[in-house]
Amino acid sequence: MSNLFPLTMTDCVVRRQGKTVLGPVSLTVDQGGPTIIIGPNGSGKTTLLRVMHGIERLSAGAADWAQNDQGRQAYVFQSPIVLRRSVADNLRYPLQLIGVAKAEIEVAATAWLDRIGLSDIRNTRASRLSGGERQKLAIARALIRDPDVLFLDEPCANLDGHATREIEALLQETAAAGTRIIMSTHDMGQARRLAQDVIFMIAGKVHEKGAASDVLATPGTPELQAFLNGDIVT
Amino acid sequence: MIDIWEGLQAAFWLVVTFDAELWAISLRSLQVSLSAVVVASLIAIPFGTFLAVQRFRYRRLAISIMNALMGLPPVVVGLMLYILLSRSGPFGVLGLLFTPTAMIIAQVIIITPLIASIAHQAMRELWAEYHDLLISLHTTKWQRIRTLIWDGRRNLLTASLAGFGRAIGEVGAIMIVGGNIDNATRVLTTAIALETGKGDFALALGLGFVLIGLALAVNIAIHWLSRTEREGRW
Amino acid sequence: MRHLISLVLTGFLAMPLAADEIRLAVTTSFENSGLADVLLPAIKADTGIEVQLLVVGTGQALRLGEAGDVDAILVHSKAAEEAFVSDGYGTHRRKIMFNDFVLIGPADDPSAIADADSAVDAMRRIAEQGGPFVSRGDDSGTHKAELQLWAAAGLPVDGFGPSYLSVGAGMGAALNTASGINAYILADRASWLNFGNKGDLALLFAGDPALFNQYAYLPVNPEKHPSVRNDLALQLEDWLTGETAAELINGYEINGEALFVFNAQP
Repeated sequence: MSNLFPLTMTDCVVRRQGKTVLGPVSLTVDQGGPTIIIGPNGSGKTTLLRVMHGIERLSAGAADWAQNDQGRQAYVFQSPIVLRRSVADNLRYPLQLIGVAKAEIEVAATAWLDRIGLSDIRNTRASRLSGGERQKLAIARALIRDPDVLFLDEPCANLDGHATREIEALLQETAAAGTRIIMSTHDMGQARRLAQDVIFMIAGKVHEKGAASDVLATPGTPELQAFLNGDIVT
Repeated sequence: MIDIWEGLQAAFWLVVTFDAELWAISLRSLQVSLSAVVVASLIAIPFGTFLAVQRFRYRRLAISIMNALMGLPPVVVGLMLYILLSRSGPFGVLGLLFTPTAMIIAQVIIITPLIASIAHQAMRELWAEYHDLLISLHTTKWQRIRTLIWDGRRNLLTASLAGFGRAIGEVGAIMIVGGNIDNATRVLTTAIALETGKGDFALALGLGFVLIGLALAVNIAIHWLSRTEREGRW
Repeated sequence: MRHLISLVLTGFLAMPLAADEIRLAVTTSFENSGLADVLLPAIKADTGIEVQLLVVGTGQALRLGEAGDVDAILVHSKAAEEAFVSDGYGTHRRKIMFNDFVLIGPADDPSAIADADSAVDAMRRIAEQGGPFVSRGDDSGTHKAELQLWAAAGLPVDGFGPSYLSVGAGMGAALNTASGINAYILADRASWLNFGNKGDLALLFAGDPALFNQYAYLPVNPEKHPSVRNDLALQLEDWLTGETAAELINGYEINGEALFVFNAQP
């Protein structure tokens, strides 16, 4: 299988209703990770993720993968979107779309249900799940096609510590298994726990980036220093 | 007020005595209107969903036309269809005038915009919910439409039932293209018009109550059928 | 659900006319008389023809005939019928029977038309007293008969003002309106006798020959519309002008009153 990486972003700009919400951003994303995107609210973290995934229309610039195959990417949205179907059917859905044989789908769905601990409620409507269960389901559904890269937009926002721990464990296993993880977070502790490298954004631009061990320990800019201190940064 | 009481009595006796003519008329009403609903739904539901999913140049115009067509006066539909199906009209050779088929066609024309409009409304909401996920999963247009139709099937059922309600209560169009021929194209509504014309209000009202009962029974039956699916409610 | 759908769809895939069905456009007054319920089974028994009645106003009946959508018409409006034949839409006009129009009004008869010498006199009295009067206003045979009476009385209809209500509806609906507001109305006797919502209305004047109402049978011209069943239309005409029809038509009564007089020429 040929390599998706690197992703090359050149002067990417996203404007909505005349306002620039992202950019210009130029960035190269290669294998490695996990990469954690941090920054204050409205700094463009979500938009950056969407641009990388190719689901955001660019007003200017270009974002190109070495190989353009969106089917090998997956995305978990901030508030998990669950289909109005059963838990198991939610997991089956991405595989059904690409015409995987029924027996194979069942094997994969069963394995994932076990892995995220939802086997007992496999036939429950997904809309009845708790926030943590929904998020686990959304991640499992994103991973069931075994993507090369997984984007997550603040996957643990509004979750309790127990659910957060479960999800972080799942993400670490996923990363260890070779899936490239790129995620945004609000939670600096989570950033420290998961990040190999960090992208710090302010006002739609990449303000600072580098290996987590460097950037988080010795911030190169006063803004990141302030942000890490918990000050309000704009 | 005595008329309503007499109407109820007439309805009661018609039903308990298994009046053969009433059964034939009621069955024909059901056949015509259910056929029309099935055909109209097959057209309207994919169309309404398509309008929700697809952006194109004349989309707004198409929606406006669809909504305007909901207000088509049945008599006008009947008259235009009569001219088309008449022996001296362009489709006269088909010999469809004054047959149940002509009545079905008329009702399809009347209820398709209604079903499409309600379906479009429901599908638009569902599409807003699903949009990001389905884009991210790299679905084809057709897969999106199928997913929306399947997951929104309860709302679509409501749309179809609204169409059924309009169809079974319709009299203006089917009177013209059906002709209210005894034993051939007489249905409940045209029979009611006939009895009203004769001044037999009790019988007319009795038939009216049978019509209401029939419409109720169909609604309840269909909801019950859809409820038998496991965990029917969302 | 699938079973239901297939059940419904199989219902009407092919419904062409069966071999011996004839479509006959008749006026509402004929249908309302109830005579059809007596004649149609007898026709079926004697000739095997299944008559499908399209009950419409005279104007629409003539239009259906012109378009070839029916095989024959049975109406009561002499001038329009003759035009129908002379324009080539019908092969000929055959008298079948007549009944009569009657003047209906409030039982207390404020215009005293019950004492009138003639139909025209009755109409004049209504106009003088000021109505209200309900007119069919639908270009039907009954409507045309009413207009002829006004014309014979020398009264212009458009000068009547609001007490003259042209309802543009069938006989039954017009009678319902008259019953609702206690108005005078011209109706055919059959519709009146069978009408179920008489209220305070009563039959006030009848019997003037000017009120006679001739029904005629007109087969649609097969040269104009090859699809019409002229063979059945002629067979039906034979029956309608024959002895069985004569007996049934003359013998038909509502509440002990004969309604129709058979007058077909053999």
